[in-house]
Amino acid sequence: MAWTKKILRVDLSGGTCSTEPLNMEWATKYLGQRGLATKYFVEECDPKVDPLSPENKMIIATGPLTGTAAPTSGRWSVVCKGALTGAIACSNSGGFFGAELKNAGWDMIIFEGKSATPVYLDIENDQASLKDASALWGKSVWDTEDALRDIRGDNDIRIASIGQAGEAGNLFAAIVNDKDRAAGRSGVGAVMGSKNLKAIAVRGTLGVQVSDPMKFMQATGACNQILADNAVTGEGLPTYGTQVLMNVINETGALPTRNSSDVQFEGASKIGGEAMTAPRESDGKANLVSNSACFGCPISCQRVSQMDPEHFAVRGQPKYHGKEGGLEYEAAWALGAATGVSDLEALTFCNYICNENGMDPITLGSTVAAAMELYQIGAITSADTGGLVLEFGNTESLVEICKQTGLGEGFGKEIGQGSLRMCKKYGHPELSMTVKGQEFPAYDPRGIQGMGLSYATSNRGACHLRGYTVSSEILGIPEKTDPLTSDGKAGLVKAFQDVTAVVDSSGTCIFTTFALSLDDITPMIDADLEGDWTAETLLDLGERIWNMERQFNLDAGFTGADDALPDRLLKEAAKTGPAEGKVNELGKMLPEYYELRGWTPEGVPSNETLARLNM
Amino acid sequence: MIKALHMDVSHCTGCHQCEMACSYHHENVFNPSKSRIKIFSFPETGRNVPYTCTQCAEAWCMQACPVDAISVNVKTGAKEVSDALCVGCKVCTIACPFGTINYNHTTGKVAKCDLCGGDPDCVKVCPTPALSYIDAELTGMGKMREWAERTDSGAQATAT
Repeated sequence: MAWTKKILRVDLSGGTCSTEPLNMEWATKYLGQRGLATKYFVEECDPKVDPLSPENKMIIATGPLTGTAAPTSGRWSVVCKGALTGAIACSNSGGFFGAELKNAGWDMIIFEGKSATPVYLDIENDQASLKDASALWGKSVWDTEDALRDIRGDNDIRIASIGQAGEAGNLFAAIVNDKDRAAGRSGVGAVMGSKNLKAIAVRGTLGVQVSDPMKFMQATGACNQILADNAVTGEGLPTYGTQVLMNVINETGALPTRNSSDVQFEGASKIGGEAMTAPRESDGKANLVSNSACFGCPISCQRVSQMDPEHFAVRGQPKYHGKEGGLEYEAAWALGAATGVSDLEALTFCNYICNENGMDPITLGSTVAAAMELYQIGAITSADTGGLVLEFGNTESLVEICKQTGLGEGFGKEIGQGSLRMCKKYGHPELSMTVKGQEFPAYDPRGIQGMGLSYATSNRGACHLRGYTVSSEILGIPEKTDPLTSDGKAGLVKAFQDVTAVVDSSGTCIFTTFALSLDDITPMIDADLEGDWTAETLLDLGERIWNMERQFNLDAGFTGADDALPDRLLKEAAKTGPAEGKVNELGKMLPEYYELRGWTPEGVPSNETLARLNM
Repeated sequence: MIKALHMDVSHCTGCHQCEMACSYHHENVFNPSKSRIKIFSFPETGRNVPYTCTQCAEAWCMQACPVDAISVNVKTGAKEVSDALCVGCKVCTIACPFGTINYNHTTGKVAKCDLCGGDPDCVKVCPTPALSYIDAELTGMGKMREWAERTDSGAQATAT
């Protein structure tokens, strides 16, 4: 019932919008959002397609809980073939756009083809049309949102758009909604830009119905109570955001530093959650102003920051002096520890640039870090960088290269290709900290063994949000495992991957799983939808989604050989901290993982596995 | 005791759960656009502000209504709209200085906060102290206590 059962198909080449009924057989097998959009995608799109060609499709999807009173019901996803990776891409975002799209009556939008000129999609409930965006092209995400609100004369519309990075073909361009929430990874913004689609503006006033309202309110009430009582979701995340992790992970010896040449960063305490709440030396004010929530979210982990207006990065530029989306842990790590920069204000600015111009801060920071290492070893010189001294720890150079990358200028054009292409070009592919072409995030697999397997097997390339075993290995959720052993991690990774696929397909946020188990979440889905939903059917559904994504990647040309980590993590031992002397033991975990998945030793889902999952 | 829906703006995170609870209670649907309590977000100042009817003692909406469709619930003090009597003339929406009574084009009637009959659902779902339902004569007590605490500690004196 909380499916609207309606899909909007947008033919960008022909300039038309049409309505289709939702395929209910697929909906019951793949739920919504990540799973259901991926099902449509793999059925409709050739896996060999060039990601930036008109033949690639891009699907925007809500889940069956999106827009309901379920906690964290603001989630939505973008599915396409990733510009950065060439693998299946599914980038997930919060904010308010997804709930608005659902309230307008749509489960999903399928974009196909390419517009001859820049356009934006304008939706008001069941009315949808493509409109000229030539006056918006060249504008930042922030200016695009302001301009569209002016054009529509409606302050309540919600907007998802690309900035200059997506227009310029930056391969890790993001789609940003509500100014600072982003479908960040894998270059979904580059795919959107390649289609000459600048923005989607939506206003929805139709409301969302659930199947059994009484049961639904009971189930959401119970989940809200668990989230409020839990130390992570009720206290840690509201107070410090994801930045609560910076000091914890550094002490664990798993904070990838200076392009993963170290696992601990001496400046970590200057760039973490505690530092954001402390008075600045310069003006006595704290970087953090408040927390803020996405739609329907009782956790409220989002950071609202305000920079010192006298900081060199923003002096004389009032547009950066107000209150904006602040640093999350992954961004603070990538822009900071990975590059060796510990200037919190500068990192805050670089994160603003990511929101303003539409980029993934993880890949940006990691690629700048790789460029810094290339520079340090002399593989690139200031002749290549336009005079920039790209040394680790150089704050001014970091700020400048982020600005250039956001606008697609100077050496920023090279950074905009991501670290793998850049490192290959300059003769050192081994310095790219990537899996399947995507930069890994803020957990060093030498210090957290399970994350090595999680990165290596992630269907969208290295990622923390496909199987966050940090939960178990560091935080002890649902139970504590030793981060330094690879024993038992294959099963742990599989379990996290399958449950995550369910949550990512539901319309709610993975952060709820710090407190909620699948048994807690299931009654919400069961009351939300017609039919009987159990934790078992949902877990099967999650495994089915994982195998479907895997199959697409195999058909796209990936093999088991791509389930690999950079040599640095397998051969160069951690130099300090609890993991000193350790490398990641991927070689031991991977065969066990394939077996648990029911895949062949080459990493291919067996016929029995596909049959068991009713695929 | 007459209670008031009290809003402590500084705590609001802008999650819109109150709007969903309100629209579900009154319209049987999750639909923020049909909620009688609204959250306004001001990104430039980083503020989220809940706003709804304050149940004026001499309610201008009630006095302006030409068909006496708005009456006082003596138990809660809420000014309630009778759908049976309301003719949708919208005069009350002009009379209200705060804009908290609005026309619903689906029903052809006006809608406003009725305190859910004395147990407001928005308060129940609010994950922060931003919304509370307390003795109408004591809505300033929290602020008074905060100031009193600062005075007692001598913080004001030493700050000057």
